[in-house]
Amino acid sequence: MQVIVSVNRFDPEDSKGKYWQDYNLEIGENSTVLDALIKIREEIDGSLAMRCSCRSAICGSCAMRVNGHARLACNTKLVDMTDDAGMIKVEPMTNLPVIKDLVIDQQMFWDKIKQVSPWLQSEGPEPKGEYVASNESMNHLSGVMACIMCGACVSDCSALEVDKNFIGPAALAKAYRFVADPRDSKSVERLGVLNEYSGIWDCTRCYECVEVCPKGVGPMDRIMALREEAISVGYDNTIGARHADAFSDLVEDSGWLDELRLPIKTVGIFNLPALLNFAPVGLRALVKGKMPAIFHHNVPNVENVRKLFKRIRNNQNIDD
Amino acid sequence: MLEHDVLVIGAGLAGMRAALSAQEMGANVAIVSKVHPVRSHSNAAQGGINAALTDRGDDWNDHAYDTVKGSDYLGDQDAIEIMCSEAGQELINLEHMGVIFNRDDQGLLGTRAFGGQQKARTFFVADFTGQAMLHVLYEQLMKSSIRVYEEWFVLALIIEGGVCCGVTALEIATGRVYVIRAKTVIMCSGGVGRVFEPSTNALIVTGDGIGQAYSSGASLMDMEMIQYHPTTLKGSGVLITEGARGEGAYLLNSEGKRFMETYAPNMMELASRDVVSRAEQTEINEGRGVDGCVYLDLRHLGEDLIRERLTQIVDIGQDFAGVNIINEPIPIRPGMHYIMGGIKTDVNGRTNIPGLYAAGECACISVHGGNRLGANSLLDTVIFGRRSGAHAAGYAKDQEFPEFDVQGYVKGYEQKLKSLADRQKGERWAQIRNDLGKDMDQYFGVYREERGMQILLSRIEDCKKRYETVVLQDRGTIFNTDLIFTLELGFMLDCAETIVKSGIERKESRGAHSRTDYPLRNDKDWLTHVVVSKTDNGPEISHLPVKITKWTPEERKY
Repeated sequence: MQVIVSVNRFDPEDSKGKYWQDYNLEIGENSTVLDALIKIREEIDGSLAMRCSCRSAICGSCAMRVNGHARLACNTKLVDMTDDAGMIKVEPMTNLPVIKDLVIDQQMFWDKIKQVSPWLQSEGPEPKGEYVASNESMNHLSGVMACIMCGACVSDCSALEVDKNFIGPAALAKAYRFVADPRDSKSVERLGVLNEYSGIWDCTRCYECVEVCPKGVGPMDRIMALREEAISVGYDNTIGARHADAFSDLVEDSGWLDELRLPIKTVGIFNLPALLNFAPVGLRALVKGKMPAIFHHNVPNVENVRKLFKRIRNNQNIDD
Repeated sequence: MLEHDVLVIGAGLAGMRAALSAQEMGANVAIVSKVHPVRSHSNAAQGGINAALTDRGDDWNDHAYDTVKGSDYLGDQDAIEIMCSEAGQELINLEHMGVIFNRDDQGLLGTRAFGGQQKARTFFVADFTGQAMLHVLYEQLMKSSIRVYEEWFVLALIIEGGVCCGVTALEIATGRVYVIRAKTVIMCSGGVGRVFEPSTNALIVTGDGIGQAYSSGASLMDMEMIQYHPTTLKGSGVLITEGARGEGAYLLNSEGKRFMETYAPNMMELASRDVVSRAEQTEINEGRGVDGCVYLDLRHLGEDLIRERLTQIVDIGQDFAGVNIINEPIPIRPGMHYIMGGIKTDVNGRTNIPGLYAAGECACISVHGGNRLGANSLLDTVIFGRRSGAHAAGYAKDQEFPEFDVQGYVKGYEQKLKSLADRQKGERWAQIRNDLGKDMDQYFGVYREERGMQILLSRIEDCKKRYETVVLQDRGTIFNTDLIFTLELGFMLDCAETIVKSGIERKESRGAHSRTDYPLRNDKDWLTHVVVSKTDNGPEISHLPVKITKWTPEERKY
């Protein structure tokens, strides 16, 4: 079939800046995006720079943006991506600086991984044989160890886009691998660090990382699991944790969310500086007619909602 | 001045294990790798790692015997004994580092069956054992202070007065040439896969280290021993793990028959890889294949087992063959997978060049002989990676940094690269590389014979001539992959030549080297290693006796 691969190019050694270059080529129906790029590199333009190696979605080298989302080029079929004109758009990943063409600088990615002390920390003398652990726990971890560090989640993370300090989905998924490892003895300390600014509470839950992960790691799901774990070991006095609590309390109380009281409950009624920070948003909401009602009413049959909360609490043995 | 007691080339399992063990011994260590460590090809090992755990009623002697028999008696038995007897402890080391091996009902390490072995002694992480181990070793590397020269391409070893003193290397991101001075260098650069087309191997597996060591005077051994894996996808050559057959999958011909009954009635699909690949090729050659393939059938294993233990190949089947392996058999064929031969070393990784060590697939100790057992390669990398790292660190303690003209090397290579970039007329690397790969596949396949290998040798010579006028399209300095591929091709051509020369030399069929013109094993004349060394007149062949400790060669039946 005939395809047009439009590549966002950049060479720091020329003065052209970033530009799009279209390559027309004839290629087999079953080909992947990587097949096409290799064909370009070998037959049309040897100056096209990219990373690739295994061709089977295990080395994590060839993550790039195809039609606006990060993917591995090697397991992305061309036919699934081409538009009516037979065109696809290929760009380097975002949130990371570009070195040349499709090659990004991985430094920041690995710096963030290193931030979570990504190695097993067990306590006491090592056993003579292996650590005893259930197969379920190891299987559960294999869902996270399946991460190939391709960077797709980091590229498309909407929180990182606005705050470069956010530790990001890949590193947090890596952190989860240790927190959930029964052999690791530093879970509480790890959660303490992750609970700080730029950690687990900075995720905006946009789901993009889950969508783009080529290995089903589900970074955001791991971040949510870390949040739960953090609260359960006693890290419940962060804005994030209080936000979650306030959210739940308000819904239990009235059957639906009281948007006016949510921020107040989250930051605390006596926390004037923080409350003042909400003033501009509040004013804008008022001007646009989006201000939540001051007198929040209960939904009909609110007692049923409360019953649901009670039942969940009983099932999980959670104290009030 | 960049300098280290121990400089490891390559950051796969062997390289990282070597670096960690050298550091443990107190050496100042660094790794230089053309890719980031976790991009290394060790990732691709799917099935597992072998070890005989004595507290499970297994005996490392049995593992050693299976390995010797699997090697078709070409493996050196002293080295095999070391590998198998140290396997249990190393497996536990890996578990302690954090590898999430599969467990049994008691929460202890679980096993699966693998080819060519009497007992299930393969420990595994689903079907991505290599990746799981590689990432854990990288965790340990991050914990250590070991410097990694990431995405630096080694141009050549530096040999002064017959001693290895470091490397000249190119920083890919800047195009700058550096010398890294070292008291010892450990080559852990992997195999030669892409010399063949197709191959299961990653695109980076281009025999650089083997080529560099050979050019510097290191002897290569058993280079003709190229393993064809029985289950690879047609066209792309993508690997389907032996773990599939380990879990019970069948091989079927076009008549729907489990044809391994004919070739290995006892072990069936789990005979040694060379045996199974030959059986498949014979079925295909005799007209009982389907479109150049036979079938791998997993359907009877059931969806639950497949999804838990063979996760990755469900995706591979879907993505690369359009087959749902849970419901339909998948067409597969033998595909080039591994080189048993490589840089000749002793059991501590030492080569014939003082200061130069080798470990992992690029080395030949030889523990795999004529045919490697599945799941012995991961074991080889960690055992001999660790041993060579420790030995190199000890050796470096008594050495001073060598003095030599560092700037001379830098200027020399800058000049070479410049004249390559300035060349205006000639062919690009891609055409030559693809021609070479297809020729190797055609004439050095599962079956080989004199005439074909001679044709192949002349084709390689022709490719070498074409390479002399190779031209670049990218003449920039920053991240110039066109240049890297061109440099790799030079090493690939040297590897190809030594493979074929060695293949022509061995006039018998042993292990993976199956010659239609010499179809039988001949212990009288050929129970010997074929060694190849570089001279001014081209490759020179010699022989070395096989080390036999307790297992005398016997007929090999599965």
